[in-house]
Amino acid sequence: MSTDLRTESPPPRVALYNNPKVRSAVYQVGLCVIIGLLVYGAASNAIENLRRANIASGFGFWDNNAGFDISQTLIPYSSQASTYGRAFWVGLLNTLLVAGLGIFFATILGFIIGISRLSKNWLLAKAAGCYVETIRNLPLLLQLLFWYNAVLKTLPDIRDSFTLGGAVYLNNRGLFLPKPSPLEGFGWVQIALVAGIIAAIAFRLWAHRRQERTGRQAPVAWVTLALVVGAPLAVFLLAGAPLLFQSPQAGRFNISGGVEVLPEFVALLFGLSIYTAAFIAEVVRAGLLAVSRGQVEAAYSLGLQPRPTLRLVVIPQAMRVIVPPLTNQYLNLTKNSTLAVAIGYPDLVQVFTGTVLNQTGQAVEVVAITMLVYLFISLTTSLAMNIYNKRVALVER
Amino acid sequence: MKKIAALFALAVFAVAQDASAQVLKTVKERGTLNCGANGTLAGFGLPDAQGNWTGLDVDFCRAIAAAVLNDPKKVKFVPLSAKDRFTALQSGEVDVLARNTTWTSSRDTSLGLNFTGVNYYDGQGFVVRKALKVNSALELNGASICVQQGTTTELNLADYFRSHNMQMKSVTFATANEAVKAYDAGRCDAYTTDASALYAERLRLANPADHIILPEIISKEPLGPAVRHGDDQWFDVVKWTLFALLDAEELNVNSKNVDEMLKSDNPEIKRLLGTEGNFGEQLGLTKDWVVRIVKQVGNYGESFERNVGQGSPLKIDRGLNRLWNKGGIQYAPPVR
Repeated sequence: MSTDLRTESPPPRVALYNNPKVRSAVYQVGLCVIIGLLVYGAASNAIENLRRANIASGFGFWDNNAGFDISQTLIPYSSQASTYGRAFWVGLLNTLLVAGLGIFFATILGFIIGISRLSKNWLLAKAAGCYVETIRNLPLLLQLLFWYNAVLKTLPDIRDSFTLGGAVYLNNRGLFLPKPSPLEGFGWVQIALVAGIIAAIAFRLWAHRRQERTGRQAPVAWVTLALVVGAPLAVFLLAGAPLLFQSPQAGRFNISGGVEVLPEFVALLFGLSIYTAAFIAEVVRAGLLAVSRGQVEAAYSLGLQPRPTLRLVVIPQAMRVIVPPLTNQYLNLTKNSTLAVAIGYPDLVQVFTGTVLNQTGQAVEVVAITMLVYLFISLTTSLAMNIYNKRVALVER
Repeated sequence: MKKIAALFALAVFAVAQDASAQVLKTVKERGTLNCGANGTLAGFGLPDAQGNWTGLDVDFCRAIAAAVLNDPKKVKFVPLSAKDRFTALQSGEVDVLARNTTWTSSRDTSLGLNFTGVNYYDGQGFVVRKALKVNSALELNGASICVQQGTTTELNLADYFRSHNMQMKSVTFATANEAVKAYDAGRCDAYTTDASALYAERLRLANPADHIILPEIISKEPLGPAVRHGDDQWFDVVKWTLFALLDAEELNVNSKNVDEMLKSDNPEIKRLLGTEGNFGEQLGLTKDWVVRIVKQVGNYGESFERNVGQGSPLKIDRGLNRLWNKGGIQYAPPVR
């Protein structure tokens, strides 16, 4: 039979323009050229239009003096000395702060609610169900406005602040906490903390290996706590508590000094975390339900308690289903943080595409930069989650 | 954001237009004037419950419509926030921006627009709670101040406190509504904006009587209409509409007596009302363009009193906005 195949004549030669490979290559190159021309045309057209309309263009504005104030700045910033570029970084850091903390709280809250919804406790399960159905069906902007007004309206006026021994103040301007400033000898505490973290990691690895070898478990959680919290605390007390707390001072109008947490920030963080948690809860529930019932029964028949069953058998398998949609929720939360505009929190969009765009009038540049930044944040988040997904994915042998 | 996106799309995809795009022709063909207005500021631009717009800036757009289209109702008002207003004008969404906008050099030169004059001389002030017992802006050291984003106000505020070596915390909001609400809720000690707007905004506070406007005026805020750069004919039409409103007041031509004034022997009035010369035609309009403006909208003084002056709830004094020969600085070149 094989001889037949060998003697068969080669396929008839086709004309070049009829060759499917050549054709598809030509089409693809052609499409690329057309897209390239469109992009080039659009860009040169934009430049020409801006020039004709006498609208300033280019990135020269980046180093110009900003001249406006920002209410929350994580890096030094002042209206007289700082540039639009600096204002950009201030806005970006504010965005990252609220997005990072939002992701943290939304994840914790989402997991708790998602697991609760599957609980055998009727009340807990119904309460979690209620939460999810209410929160995810109301527009986020409405919720943000609700939280902002709830925060502002329920808290007392600055002159009637709640206060904790003159060190902590809470009022409708925000939460004011004492500001810790390190004295001499605080370096040792930091060294102890770093050493503690390294020791804790080493202990974990050792305990893991020993368990694999001998099956004996070590009290990892307690040892970690002792090394990371206990050791630095001991050093701190031994060094004579070298930390000075600057209490906030009530002035004529405002409270100054200390650490200030703005109500805009709190409202945005609450709104984003609570809203996104509802979606994460559903993702978690879907993931848990995807683990077959047999896995739980097998764990029980091996004598595992419900808690270790959840932690060691169900969740690791559920993570495979959870991680990809969880990434979506993280990206959504970051992008939704731009609604800060509505409640006056100085995030990137409020500061940069708001004030800077309006003061410089350079919409094209400012919007392009902002889009690139969000793209970069989203792709980075996505990359990190993909790496994590690879780690928890099913290893096929 | 919608407006920013529109500008973005325009800048990128619009076919490069002739620098002297014919806005006048477009408006005549379209049959309506697209006017960028405030939408939330009593006295300057605010629609009532029936959707009828009133205000000094609104009247200005109606005057243009009267001159160009012979009907002050043929105006489509586009409410704009301070932040979005320039982009809306640049992108062509509106033909003219009459939204209590301060004329500054950078806006005139680098935003691709031209200011056509000043229809209200204003300055920035502060409103505070009476209970604070503050009598001067110089006592506001350390205060929290609510302000609207994307305004000259935001910059003046920083400048004023810097130059007086005072500290403050500014809390910025995208719209005046949100800023006023936050001030009313106690988020800030003071709210700052142009003095004219302070009078209007104070009326919207829960208890207007609990608040006072401080005497300091910390900046020059010449508010005026603006058009896109590059269309000189349209620039002239808008500029001369304002001058016509002022000249009519100066010559005592108002909506009630304009028909009698047509018979006047005063050569200045004859030129203004088009019974002598062809000044309207030179603008691309008709001879009787000012007659239409005054008959249908009134002169500057009538519009002022009706919207912000004694005939309105704001009761703002004419002050600087009196005519030059009555102790103010409103001065228009003559029609001739």
